[in-house]
Amino acid sequence: MAKSTTAGAGMKKESPHLNRFYYPLDQAVEKPFNWKQMLRLLKYVKPYSKRLLPAAIVAMLISTMVRLIVPVIIGTWVIDRAISNQDVSLLTYLIILVSVLYLISYVANRYRIKWVNILGQRIIYDLRKNLFSHVQRLSHNFFDKRSAGSILVRILNDVNSLQELFTNGIINLLMDIVMLTGIIIILFALSPPLALAVLVILPIMFLISTKLRRTIRRSWQDVRIQKSRLNSHLNESMQGIRITQSFSQEKENAEFFNGVNEDNYEKERVAMKRSAYFGPFVEMSNAIGTVILISYGAHLIISGNIEIGIFVSFAFYLGMFWEPISRLGQIYNQLLVAMASSERIFEFLDEQPNVEEKKDAKVFEEMKGHIVFDKVQFSYNEDRIALHEISLEMKPGQTVALVGHTGSGKSTIANLISRFYDPTKGKVLIDGHNLRDMRLDSLRTNISVVLQDTFIFSGTILDNIRFGRPEASDEEVFEAAKVVGADDFIRRLAHGYHTEVEERGSILSAGERQLLSFARALLADPRILILDEATASIDTETEVKIQQALRRLLEGRTAIMIAHRLSTIREADNIIVLEHGRLLEQGSHDELMKKKGEYYGLVRSQFEMLDSL
Amino acid sequence: MEVFRKLKQFYWPFKKYFLLSVLFVMVVTGITVIYPIVLQITIDDVVIAGEYQLIPVLSIGFIIIMIIKGLANYLQQYLGDLFGIKSVFILRDALYKKLQRLSFTYYDNARTGDLMSRLTMDVEGFRFFLAAGFRELIRVMVLILISLGVMFYYSVPLALVTMAVMPFLAVVVYRFDKEVHPAFRRIRKSLGRLNTRIQENVTGMNTVKSLSKEDFEINRFTTNNTNYKEVNITTSNIWARYFPLMEFIGNISMVTLLIYGGYLVINGSLQLGELVAFFSLVTYILGPLMHLGFIVNQFSQAKASGERLLEILEAKEDIEEEKHPLVPERIKGHVTFEHVHLTYIAEDDAALKDISFDAPPGKVIGLIGPTGAGKTSITQLITRFYEPDQGRVLVDNKPTSTYSLKWLRKHIGFVLQESFLFSTTIKENIAYGNPDASMEEIIAAAKRAQAHDFIMQMPKGYDTLLGERGMGLSGGQKQRIAIARAILIDPSILVLDDATSAVDMETEFLIQKALKEVMDGRTTFIIAHRISSLKHADEILVLDSGEIVERGTHEELIQQNGPYRRIYDIQYQDRDSVMQAVE
Repeated sequence: MAKSTTAGAGMKKESPHLNRFYYPLDQAVEKPFNWKQMLRLLKYVKPYSKRLLPAAIVAMLISTMVRLIVPVIIGTWVIDRAISNQDVSLLTYLIILVSVLYLISYVANRYRIKWVNILGQRIIYDLRKNLFSHVQRLSHNFFDKRSAGSILVRILNDVNSLQELFTNGIINLLMDIVMLTGIIIILFALSPPLALAVLVILPIMFLISTKLRRTIRRSWQDVRIQKSRLNSHLNESMQGIRITQSFSQEKENAEFFNGVNEDNYEKERVAMKRSAYFGPFVEMSNAIGTVILISYGAHLIISGNIEIGIFVSFAFYLGMFWEPISRLGQIYNQLLVAMASSERIFEFLDEQPNVEEKKDAKVFEEMKGHIVFDKVQFSYNEDRIALHEISLEMKPGQTVALVGHTGSGKSTIANLISRFYDPTKGKVLIDGHNLRDMRLDSLRTNISVVLQDTFIFSGTILDNIRFGRPEASDEEVFEAAKVVGADDFIRRLAHGYHTEVEERGSILSAGERQLLSFARALLADPRILILDEATASIDTETEVKIQQALRRLLEGRTAIMIAHRLSTIREADNIIVLEHGRLLEQGSHDELMKKKGEYYGLVRSQFEMLDSL
Repeated sequence: MEVFRKLKQFYWPFKKYFLLSVLFVMVVTGITVIYPIVLQITIDDVVIAGEYQLIPVLSIGFIIIMIIKGLANYLQQYLGDLFGIKSVFILRDALYKKLQRLSFTYYDNARTGDLMSRLTMDVEGFRFFLAAGFRELIRVMVLILISLGVMFYYSVPLALVTMAVMPFLAVVVYRFDKEVHPAFRRIRKSLGRLNTRIQENVTGMNTVKSLSKEDFEINRFTTNNTNYKEVNITTSNIWARYFPLMEFIGNISMVTLLIYGGYLVINGSLQLGELVAFFSLVTYILGPLMHLGFIVNQFSQAKASGERLLEILEAKEDIEEEKHPLVPERIKGHVTFEHVHLTYIAEDDAALKDISFDAPPGKVIGLIGPTGAGKTSITQLITRFYEPDQGRVLVDNKPTSTYSLKWLRKHIGFVLQESFLFSTTIKENIAYGNPDASMEEIIAAAKRAQAHDFIMQMPKGYDTLLGERGMGLSGGQKQRIAIARAILIDPSILVLDDATSAVDMETEFLIQKALKEVMDGRTTFIIAHRISSLKHADEILVLDSGEIVERGTHEELIQQNGPYRRIYDIQYQDRDSVMQAVE
């Protein structure tokens, strides 16, 4: 570590544990300005370009005009005419005029703020809705390659980072441009030579507002990156606290954290030091303007070129320069950030679902659940074939067990039936219809997939079971829970069916979650059931319950089971043995055992394995 | 103020930064008020009175003063920030150390999300207040006071007249603050709900797609999205109502200034320059006044943050070491429980009731029973993650409380059902409990855990990074790394808590093989649901609701026709019928 780290605690000798964890650093987010992307963003403004946007602009123009005019009135009229000439009635008129102008500006400002925010919030709302709905339609392969966190960040944070741009950014941009040009025009109208002299500070201010601000922003970016490292570790250290204490690594971790903390301190120090330059620089440029005004302005008054009132107006305007310039610099920064965010948003919006619905897709009338694979080949990516020309049939009401090692193609077959993917070659047919010709929702409402890691949504138990069929009545939910034998444990919970649960919560055990997902599937009442049998830790009594529930669940449905337990496999009507994406053999348990082929070997070796221990 | 007093140890060591910063704030504020005075002198003395020789003096003087102000301004900000980040640096370290030490009992009741928000938002809020809040308060007060002084110096009646609107402004600002802060809280809450909704949707996407509930999800999301929009618009409407009003009141003050001041100038009792200076001075008062509510609010937030941080810092560490803990040469691994009772939460049923057993060094103890029967609790008492309410837990015939915690835990290896690996290399993960281990020792441990082969197949071998953005490992692979991690500390006591349940049969076979190797010569506790995993144990304890309902060897228990026999029958009925078919 650099020796410049002088954090308050005082440096000890360097700890050997500074690199015991590794958190990759984020990339800095900054993109060059891109017109095409900007235009695409502006399309979201379009629905409001008839009423809301023009109204906001008019309100903004009115309030800006008032701010521009008042100093002129005070300088050239109040001071030069009324006060200098001791004209009390003119003074009265002028004051009434100024009061009325202020009142107008008050009303205009009120509506400007209101409308601008409504505009911005609606645009953000539209954009987020668009993005979320689009993501819902995307296929499995989209989610396969992304972490949940990265998707969340785009829908939430990236969209939010455009909020400032759309609410205040656009209108402020116009306002500041109007303001700046207005001031410059008025200054030149009042006194061209003095205007020219005073405007020297304009480029200086611009430079500060863009260049200095950029270095400041970059150092804050460093801080954010460093801080996310710090936070990643904090988070992990708490999740892994039990491991840490088991291995008594508290002290070593504290040394690591001290290092991260120090890095963070150093980055913050640099950023704060740079930020502290900002104010003084702005003030210095203002001071230069004032000095020019005082020396040259006084000179002009003496030589009779301008009146005192003009001098006073200049003093007012000089004070008004900084605000719009500063904001323009800010907006420029906002735009750069917006470029990065919108690029990532558009990247998602440009993703197409790889499982597409045909325009004239048909609906399953009454699905029977007769599944046929006709020479189906599939690969997730080019270099590995997951299924080799598989042909098989699953009759309505049959229970089919898929057996094989990890990577043999069991899950792929299940995914193809739900049409989460399309086969690379061949066809998957249900009741004689090629799945490519059918509507996705019509297919999937007839299929329930019970996953090994069932997701528990935050909400009540009732809500969670009802997720299978949102329109189901409470009684139907209870009934489903009873059938799978979940009713007992649910009623024993503190608030019964109204107990609040969540994914990370510890209220439900692994076995109970399984039963819950069975109830969910039963309520959905699908024709086809796909079941990825859990390998999680379940005690024997619960396992017996699950087996019983399973039998009830399978009644009258075509069921495809990715099975691990021999007891489940044995009861299947048909067992399909897979290896490396090829179908090795199929038949009932007894048939396959007699055959003494692959399946026989598999069963035997499992027992031998355990016996050998 | 109690909070700030208790946290004094973190910021008071850096008081010199704070005091210097305050000093420079005073300098800056004093100079700020000079600008209108210079303006007044220019107009009254230079222009109207015609004393033009003052111009160069005035200009140079002004520039010099502004340079001083610039420096002072830089210093007050930088020093103030240093005060903040230096304090927070030691505060963070202290919080982290405390969190490392807090016991399992604490973590049972704490939520990571809540702790994280304290460690990030609250620490940050506290820093901001230290660095800027207090200083800002001083700046605002001084600015208002000096400006008022100068105004009264110029003209007492005019000062009084312009000040007349201040009470109105104060009322409006007060009401604005009262309305806007709850509104901001509503935004934060709404955003939180939106966040949860999206996060759930994305993490549960498989379930959503499996049940074809995309439209349902879009509807649920739209409710949250609409709410977020509405809350934002309501909040901005508060701004729309109050901000122009504050500005308007300020402007009224300007207008009164213009009326009365203009009148005073006309009748000669006020200089024109003084009137112009008044305009600047009034803005120096109005601006900070609008800010005051914000600063006060910050103060109360910093106080609340400080309280939440103190809650962590002052949390009771219920597991304490004795003054002179035992650090024996070697722990043999003789574990004895004598009538042990354990209750996690006072009102709840006891988690363990009257547990007694004796595990001599090198013996294997099997623990079986339904979820929540107390199997894990037994093992967590050996490491002293919790302490028994009654009875004694002995290691090598001495109570666990007499040992050095670190020493005791160093001799106990854990392999859990879901092994937690850290975001670092495989090598560092294996060496987690023994960071000084050599590469040879690490590889030897990995080999014994049957992990070496798959590690070598990875592109970077032992340097492969794990974690969120690192390499994804299968459950079985993680488990074998966790086993290697436990081997490397060479424990006398080994706890295998459901170590093989979350993997498939083939992997279980590999892991069991690895474990068999490791158990050799260590006192081992095996927690399992499958009888095959623990039937070779020297003693099996069958637990139910915190009690030992049966005990003995596998052969003895099978004869007993109790719960063990029932589990055995369920698990082995398949096997027997299948094996018969095979024969």
